Amino acid sequence: MEHTHTGAAHEEHAHDSSTKSIWKTFWILLAITVFEVGLAFLYLEYDFMARWALNGIFVTLTLVKAFFIVAEFMHLRHEIRNLIMTVLMPLLLFVWFIIAFLADGDSWKNMRKNLSPGTAVAPPTHVTNEPAHH
Amino acid sequence: MDTAVTAKKKWWSGGHSPFNISYGKLMMWYFLMSDAFTFGALLISYGTIRFMSTSWPDPNEVFHAFPGMGHTNLPLVFVSLMTFILIMSSVTMVLAVHAGHMRDRKAVIKWMAWTILGGIAFLSCQAWEWTHLYHSGAWWGRNPFLNADGTVASTNFTNFFFTITGFHGLHVTSGVVLNIIILANVLKGTYEERGHYEMVEKVGLYWHFVDLVWVFVFTCFYLL
Repeated sequence: MEHTHTGAAHEEHAHDSSTKSIWKTFWILLAITVFEVGLAFLYLEYDFMARWALNGIFVTLTLVKAFFIVAEFMHLRHEIRNLIMTVLMPLLLFVWFIIAFLADGDSWKNMRKNLSPGTAVAPPTHVTNEPAHH
Repeated sequence: MDTAVTAKKKWWSGGHSPFNISYGKLMMWYFLMSDAFTFGALLISYGTIRFMSTSWPDPNEVFHAFPGMGHTNLPLVFVSLMTFILIMSSVTMVLAVHAGHMRDRKAVIKWMAWTILGGIAFLSCQAWEWTHLYHSGAWWGRNPFLNADGTVASTNFTNFFFTITGFHGLHVTSGVVLNIIILANVLKGTYEERGHYEMVEKVGLYWHFVDLVWVFVFTCFYLL
């Protein structure tokens, strides 16, 4: 954290001459990717866990990788709070964006399943176990 | 040297950037933020369509080829290689930025060259994958792959795949072009004259963003 700077326009970070943190980030990213692919292979072979749980792991690990790329490679973690906030706050819109659209898609699927008379996979016997919608 | 900045600096009182970075870098950040929304919108629409479909092709059935391996079933292997190439080129990019901070012109040249090479390698892989899929009958508006449950799939799958990986590939392409321009400037000594290598940082931000998007594309299309 560089709170003691001299007021030059830029280049006020004390530049560490080692590249250790860069390589550390690289190994983290590589390890996560290898783990993801390994997990996908294990799932293909053994089908050992619920699909939704596996997907949850993949999404979480993706966000972890994204964090490391943005924080370390793009250096955002070492910038001042003003910059971090001005870049990240607008991205919070994604939270609602994702929830709303995926829920909408899911709702469409359910309507198509329940209401479409011509669906190829629909059983020949018509609705018996649900209130009729006509 | 005049102000003894101990605890709180007044970032908004004028005289300097309240974000503590130059105008150019700030605008690169805002551009990337807007680009994140563009990619986000594409991937979310893909997700929406996938959620509203009763079935969807299994990516492991679709992406299972590797150059020179004929019909051997190798799901995920090729795309893992592509991911590795892109992560690696991100690393060489940070090393170039790092060398720029050190004002080490030779090292900047070396790492920029590796980054460009990585970008070209990634694009070649993608070109191979697209060609392979094209010869399997897949293209915009054409989808030869069945759904996971055996029913005939709509063309949504191929349309989204080619549109989103294509848009990402376009970003990689422009990233490579930008990197080449910056490398040419480094070779000419433009930044040595200017006294700093900030332009390398700016293209670096863009390049990492391209890698960042790929992380999401990889998950959305190949893992989920």
